[in-house]
Amino acid sequence: MTYRISELRQTMRSKISVSNLNFYYGKTQALQDISMEIPEREVVAFIGPSGCGKSTFLRTLNRMNDTIAGTRVEGKVTIDEQNIYASGTDVVSLRRKIGMVFQKSNPFPKSIFENVAYGIRINGIHKNKADLHERVEKALRDAALWDEVKDRLNASAFGLSGGQQQRLCIARALAVQPQVILMDEPASALDPIATQKIEELVVDLKKDYTIVIVTHNMQQASRVSDKTAFFMLGKLVEFNPTQKVFQNPDERLTEDYITGRFG
Amino acid sequence: MAKTGTTGDKIFRTVLLIAVSIIPLIVAAIIYMMVQNSLPTLQRFGVGFLTGREWIPAQETFGALPFIYGTIVSSVIALIISVPLSLGIAIFLVEQAPKNLAKPISFMVELLAAIPSVVYGLWGIFVLAPFVRDYLGAFLQKYLGFLPLFQGRLTGIGMLTGGIILALMIIPILTAVVRDVLEVVPVTQREAALALGATKWETTKVVLGNAASGIAGAVVLGLGRAIGETMAVTMVIGNSPQISASVFEPAYTIASVLAANFADATEKIYLSALIEMGLVLFFVTFAVNALAKLLIIGVSRRNGVAKA
Ligand SMILES: Nc1ncnc2c1ncn2[C@@H]1O[C@H](COP(=O)(O)OP(=O)(O)OP(=O)(O)O)[C@@H](O)[C@H]1O
Ligand SMILES: [Mg+2]
Repeated sequence: MTYRISELRQTMRSKISVSNLNFYYGKTQALQDISMEIPEREVVAFIGPSGCGKSTFLRTLNRMNDTIAGTRVEGKVTIDEQNIYASGTDVVSLRRKIGMVFQKSNPFPKSIFENVAYGIRINGIHKNKADLHERVEKALRDAALWDEVKDRLNASAFGLSGGQQQRLCIARALAVQPQVILMDEPASALDPIATQKIEELVVDLKKDYTIVIVTHNMQQASRVSDKTAFFMLGKLVEFNPTQKVFQNPDERLTEDYITGRFG
Repeated sequence: MAKTGTTGDKIFRTVLLIAVSIIPLIVAAIIYMMVQNSLPTLQRFGVGFLTGREWIPAQETFGALPFIYGTIVSSVIALIISVPLSLGIAIFLVEQAPKNLAKPISFMVELLAAIPSVVYGLWGIFVLAPFVRDYLGAFLQKYLGFLPLFQGRLTGIGMLTGGIILALMIIPILTAVVRDVLEVVPVTQREAALALGATKWETTKVVLGNAASGIAGAVVLGLGRAIGETMAVTMVIGNSPQISASVFEPAYTIASVLAANFADATEKIYLSALIEMGLVLFFVTFAVNALAKLLIIGVSRRNGVAKA
């Protein structure tokens, strides 16, 4: 018996499930009543005008907003059916499961090797030195960086180009074997060629990871993602298959934004 | 118009040049003055001045070693105590404390820095010295007394008390500088570590790694202060030019001997000896700074940071 891809997708389970999420910076509400199902091993793109809450929402998924004083969350975010905001949640191991790549590449002031090895070391994932090396190599290969750096693993990470640094940060995130990777405008500071590399990488990584990517670049969203979420003023306006969002959106607001009528 | 513009630039540049050239001029003037005035002892004792262990002005015997020793050891004691404490306070202020607690503590730290040296000295005599004699010293002697370091007569006045006073005096500046250094470590470095499943402590280590050269710089600053600090140390270190293995014994620092004896030094050779001591202080400070610079460069190299 054969399934069509779309049918297979139907049967896919949600990796992340958000229901009725509100988020506050002090007294100001940044996210309003957001509900969303993010399927396993797909790429979901977040788009929307600046300040609409894309980063804020992304950061609620690995509880990175916990580090900002005065923030408050209401509602539920479950990953693999576990409510990550339930009391008693181990935030450290949660974050290990949910990798994150930031807008500006942020390698540590260490060598290329040590950057990738960092997460492996602190989590004690490796069995021995050889295993550590293998894991670092694999992460660098998966991030499509190995060939460019294999001869200078002990050189400073700061000697790499911007695009290479960003792929190094991706390798660093992959090295701890996360299940989800959150990316906040990972290519916004890069030139077109470096951007293309990151995009290819995202599509490639989909095999093994669930990916959420924030982007201001509509073409990028349509190229890399399976589903697209459009946010405005802290609300989720539309969440549909990417093709539908870009060709025949349900909401007028989405269409206006995509066609550049505002924002 | 364009002409006045260039003239203005020229004047501006000349003014800056003059301002900048003042620095080497001052350095040169200080060295010249000190060498000139210490010629009598320089010529009479040569290197022997630095290695001599006897300091008996009445017999015109001048050996600087006890003072160099006292200066270095008291400063090292000060660093051993103050560096971990300051690091701890700064880490607490930047990484742990909620804002409404960090603010008043920060303020108090800065307040401590503003207390005059002589007040620290008085406090040292009336509070710290008895404390060292009756509690700290007694404790150390009881449990670590087998070490030569903690043997001898316990009066409360001596090397250890001097070192502790110095530590207290450099903790505020060390803490303030380390705090500032930690604060400028980008948030993204912390988030990068956290996102990989780092604990609070592991994240703090990443922050410290980022700040390593700045922290080394802060330590140098503290050491510089400790070496040059005069008043409070003079009041509690005992002012006795001897080299003893025990930190309970009285000692003497270069800065103290200068401050305490300058007024009495009427003979030319005595005055010359004191000024040469100042010259030694100058070069010790210089050497310490150079060493620390090398250290900082080493640390930044290891971290792969290009800046020196
Ligand atoms: N640390 C913070 N404290 C207070 N308010 C914040 C903070 N960070 C973001 N905000 C506010 O929350 C709202 C959403 O910001 P967010 O950064 O999530 O937007 P964004 O969609 O990612 O924007 P951009 O596309 O410019 O990155 C904005 O109004 C912003 O000003
Ligand atoms: Mg953003």
